[in-house]
Amino acid sequence: MTEQQRAGASGDVSLAGLSKHYGDFTAVRPMDLTIPAGSFFALLGASGCGKTTTLRMIAGLEQPSTGTVHIGDRDVTALPPYKRPVNTVFQNYALFPHLSVADNVGFGLRRRGVKDTAGQVKDMLDLVELGHLAKRKPTRLSGGQQQRVAVARALINTPQVLLLDEPLGALDLKLRRQMQLELKRIQTDVGITFVHVTHDQEEAMTMADTIAVMNGGRIEQLGSPVELYESPRTTFVANFLGQSNLVEARVTGRADGDLLLDAQGNRLVLPAARSAADGERLVMGIRPEKITIVHTSDAKVADGRNRLDGGVIVDAAFIGVSTQYVVRMPWGQEFTVFEQNMERDRRLVPGAGVLLHWNPEHGFGLESGDLTAGVAEASEDAA
Amino acid sequence: MSALGTLGTGTTGGVDTTDKASDEPARRGRWVPYALLAPGLLWLVVFFAVPMVVQGSTSLQTGNLTKGYDLTWHWAGYWDAIEQYHPQFLRSFGYAAAATVMCLVIGYPLAYAIAFKAGKWRGMWLVLVIAPFFTSFLVRTLAWKTILADNGIVVDVLNTLRFTDVTAFLGLTQDDRVLATPLAVICGLTYNFLPFMVLPLYACLERIDPRLHEAAGDLYASPRTTFVKVTFPLSLPGVVSGTLLTFIPASGDYVNAQWLGSPDTGMAGNVIQTQFLRVLDYPTAAALSFILMLLIVLMVTAYIRKAGTEDLV
Repeated sequence: MTEQQRAGASGDVSLAGLSKHYGDFTAVRPMDLTIPAGSFFALLGASGCGKTTTLRMIAGLEQPSTGTVHIGDRDVTALPPYKRPVNTVFQNYALFPHLSVADNVGFGLRRRGVKDTAGQVKDMLDLVELGHLAKRKPTRLSGGQQQRVAVARALINTPQVLLLDEPLGALDLKLRRQMQLELKRIQTDVGITFVHVTHDQEEAMTMADTIAVMNGGRIEQLGSPVELYESPRTTFVANFLGQSNLVEARVTGRADGDLLLDAQGNRLVLPAARSAADGERLVMGIRPEKITIVHTSDAKVADGRNRLDGGVIVDAAFIGVSTQYVVRMPWGQEFTVFEQNMERDRRLVPGAGVLLHWNPEHGFGLESGDLTAGVAEASEDAA
Repeated sequence: MSALGTLGTGTTGGVDTTDKASDEPARRGRWVPYALLAPGLLWLVVFFAVPMVVQGSTSLQTGNLTKGYDLTWHWAGYWDAIEQYHPQFLRSFGYAAAATVMCLVIGYPLAYAIAFKAGKWRGMWLVLVIAPFFTSFLVRTLAWKTILADNGIVVDVLNTLRFTDVTAFLGLTQDDRVLATPLAVICGLTYNFLPFMVLPLYACLERIDPRLHEAAGDLYASPRTTFVKVTFPLSLPGVVSGTLLTFIPASGDYVNAQWLGSPDTGMAGNVIQTQFLRVLDYPTAAALSFILMLLIVLMVTAYIRKAGTEDLV
């Protein structure tokens, strides 16, 4: 207890050169990462990207191949899980089936020699609104209730860091949304560092202050949800986190801090500050909802906006709040455009000729690479 | 496509016949459980219920082989049997209990290792556990005569280690020999019934989610505490079934006592066997069988009650 309080002065989690390989397979490439104390941090990625392995190395359930884990000022790399000031909410909760809800929640306290756990257990169960179920066995609870028991069982120990391994994966969509808000509220209340592993980009964006997008055992990009969404720095992030329209372009000149681009014969503008690429060739990206779509016969576009002519609608899907268009561009690529349903233009049906335009500030530039990186991973997780 | 087609026809057929045969499936279905039960019931009636009644009647008869036996409701036969043979009953349950404890002590770590540590070798280990069953019970037991022979290496080692002094002090061995002592009978029982302990234990341990071990570790439980507080409680159903499967047949066994023991180590099974096959005193043998059965049922019921209400999930 005292040991934890001392280290609690700084509850940062720092990973230095941390990696893990199993034989020839590299699960996590050497990684340096600092998770600030008190933050809600998400490790986001598709299955097999190394996010869970990273979490398990912080928990001590997996021994790193190289590197160190510090919690606060303390090097915990060599400590077994039961000596680390962290607690985990497991993917399928891993509640003890032979113990009542109250005994599950009090398990950690008793292991640390706390004599009278009843009061604390009751308070914690009230916090997660399960006080009336204290005597039940966990198998007789619903998924959402089990999930809250798992959170209570971890939180009651007031760890310096709470690790959550896909904690909402087993819940249905509605319950998941509700639990997301609940977890966020609890985190704000208790102020403990949360490290949350998930494959659900929406979940990560709703809850986390900072997201690390992982791919192939490496962190692709680290930042706030807004940063990641508005300014992705790799094609993987652009495609995995939300959707993007990506087109290869060549830099033809510079003016006033803007890059002048040639993309498939179209002249586009991109603020230099919004490009992550240095070279002559880059990939220009624009999010579907940032694009305005108009019928060819209304070809009047304000000055200073990027425009692409000659598109043809191949698909229009009405999804309530918006309409989702798929537009085939003259060079064969398909663009996705989301249009709010305010004034629907009834001419915008499949087969109609359209032009697309957007504010250059909304574009982003990426290093050339695989334009479809992350697309498959994102749709796999949606399924 | 073909699956859809089949489904389509099936549905149409069902709709067509609904009117004339709406209750037919239910009526036909009612007989199914009885039909499935019939072979088992028949077997039980012929080979269990009828023999029980015959045996019960035999146990209350008087007479002798030459004049024949008559049913005289001679309950005193039971009291005579208990009075005369209670040492054998005590030995039966004592040896069976000792063998069960030995089986648990040997079998639990074995089952634990197979379930959690054996990895891809699990299957092979399980085959090795049941491999002794490929030889006959009798041959296996006789083999122990050689293993425990007076000048054999096992007894020599035990003597050198002064282990036989300890067992002699406990009344389990005599004169630096193991064969023809209670210890030999207990060893034989342990050996012969070990798989009955290991298999249910393994089945139970193997079902325990390894993430529960991780969760316990995550909640400050050392590996030892994890075993005491999580693994062992969760394996109790296996412990209960394993001990029952060992204790029940062991307490009725007579082969081990006959081949590895001496006249002083006779168990209830030996008495019953002698009465039935040598003395040909059928009423006494039948009464002994009933007493043995009744005592086992009582003990097992008490055990399950205790285990079931206090310790099990």
